[in-house]
Amino acid sequence: MTSSPLALYLMLALVLFCIGMYGALMKRNTVIVLISIELMLNAANLNFIAFSKYGPNPSLFGQVFSLFSITIAAAEAAVGLAILMAIYRQRKSVHIDDYDSLKH
Amino acid sequence: MNGEIIAFSILAFVAIIGALFMIQLRKVVHMVVALVFTFLSLAGLYVLLSAEFAAAVQVLIYSGAITIMMLFGIMLTRHGDEEKKGSRKKSVAIFLFLIAFAFSFYIGISQLDFGQQETTLHVDNTKEIGILLYSHYIIPFELTSVVLLVALVGAILLAKKEEEE
Repeated sequence: MTSSPLALYLMLALVLFCIGMYGALMKRNTVIVLISIELMLNAANLNFIAFSKYGPNPSLFGQVFSLFSITIAAAEAAVGLAILMAIYRQRKSVHIDDYDSLKH
Repeated sequence: MNGEIIAFSILAFVAIIGALFMIQLRKVVHMVVALVFTFLSLAGLYVLLSAEFAAAVQVLIYSGAITIMMLFGIMLTRHGDEEKKGSRKKSVAIFLFLIAFAFSFYIGISQLDFGQQETTLHVDNTKEIGILLYSHYIIPFELTSVVLLVALVGAILLAKKEEEE
């Protein structure tokens, strides 16, 4: 058992990342897959901010980097949902298994 | 120090419970609402890590904007209420993979400690971030605006209904 605060934050981020990856790989609903990816990005942000305080060289750089990552995540979510809408209009389904036209 | 541990425990518990409910719940809207709790408690953790501005951004962008956008995505598409299970073999394989992944990372991080140094991160946090963004990070900052513009135009183009020829 550990008591270092950095290790606690990193372990929380690891748990959240694993749950997000499980959702992204297992769920059949495309919206849930997108939001699971957001959860994984959030775990990465938590790592950035934890290292910016408890890392070997504490500074604001980690926080600024997490802000950039949040921005890119928001852009990614918007484009992902737009693609989902476009596919839904063609396929009338949100299930990932139905999006297989590149397979054949 | 003790109060910090207690606050961390409560917030981490809420975050993990929210994420687990996201995996377990049946209805899609409930899943998204469960994840809002995770996002909010992560904002609380950012405050604990003396990143007040990042916490405010987290509340605004994640539990505000992205959640609402996902809810729009759910409302505009049709969903069966019951989520069907995938194949059992795939589920077991992914579960084992995740266990191995988590364990290998746990070995790496469980003893990690750089010692606690005195920091001044919480003093004028927002002001310092603003100064950093407009001096050291000015080029990435400007490029981010281009990325956001491209994402905006691209999202509108992709989601627009195609006209009949």
